[in-house]
Amino acid sequence: MALTNEHIKQRLIEKFGEQVGTFEEPYGMLTFEAPKEMNLKVLNFLYDDSELKFRFLTDLTGVHYPANTGKELAVVYHLHNLEDNVRIRFKVFTDINTPDVYTATGLFSAANWMERESYDFFGVNFVGHPNLKRILNVDEMDYFPLRKEFPLEDQTRIDKDDEMFGRG
Amino acid sequence: MSRPVSYNLIQKPLVSDISMAEMPDGHQGEGFFATSLDKVIGLARKNSIWPLPFATSCCGIEFMATMGSHYDLARFGSERVGFSPRQCDLLMVMGTIAKKMGPVVRQVYLQMAEPRWVLAVGACASSGGIFDTYSVLQGIDQVIPVDVYVPGCPPRPEAIIDGVIRIQDLVGKENLRRRNTDQYKALLESYGIQ
Repeated sequence: MALTNEHIKQRLIEKFGEQVGTFEEPYGMLTFEAPKEMNLKVLNFLYDDSELKFRFLTDLTGVHYPANTGKELAVVYHLHNLEDNVRIRFKVFTDINTPDVYTATGLFSAANWMERESYDFFGVNFVGHPNLKRILNVDEMDYFPLRKEFPLEDQTRIDKDDEMFGRG
Repeated sequence: MSRPVSYNLIQKPLVSDISMAEMPDGHQGEGFFATSLDKVIGLARKNSIWPLPFATSCCGIEFMATMGSHYDLARFGSERVGFSPRQCDLLMVMGTIAKKMGPVVRQVYLQMAEPRWVLAVGACASSGGIFDTYSVLQGIDQVIPVDVYVPGCPPRPEAIIDGVIRIQDLVGKENLRRRNTDQYKALLESYGIQ
């Protein structure tokens, strides 16, 4: 029997009840969220369950929603069941003032660099990560550049004519 | 509009198998020729530049074409592309230099022996180009002094050759004492070198 989105959803609700929610299926991909304290429990369940078997971490990234007060930062896990070729998306949200999320490095080695990247660009503090430092940006950088309050453009440039860049 | 294709309509007969550099100004008579040391050394240097390619992106691909048989940079005395900065005279920076790469470019420049020249090829190396963003160096002249800038995104091989010829011009006309002047020292000082 092929693994359907309804079945995955049903298994999750059986296990976690009300704590998992906001089920959506954009472009047919099951997406849901859970409280950030639950992230390892949910990931472990998805990994260990004999039917679900989501044992491949495709992607892990952060998103900043400045308007979403109290839940500004999202951490998104993309998981893949290689046997049934099913993918799901799992999100946890955190307050930007206390961006502490448990690390998934114990479960997926691939999470190591991806969590460093999310830390580098969004400042998500992965609790328990073995080596949480910047991975892509210069070490001297003192802010998290993909948070929306920081402009994309290089601020050290003085010869720029804003009108020429359509920002007049 | 299609690009005009120019063939060699005017046949230029090959005078000799060896192309000779032009003689510098000077006085000559029977059995002697006198000129200034600057000019002789300039002549030798400009026609035997060893370039060090520092290619990070698409401008580097254009440079590969420039070095290939069709455009052939070797015709201008830059046959020997060195990959050790300690042996090279001309640092050719081609491509986007991210801020994280900045110290590397600088290190390569510091490893080169004087006299050394720098050619910034393409919009990114010259000014950051389209990458007006927090992670890209807005022109390599923020970390090292640059002699010639080649515009273009990416520049055609002809433009790169034009840049090299302009470097040759600078090399040939450079005063031998230039690297000891206070002005030059102040320039390096402004980059925090020495």
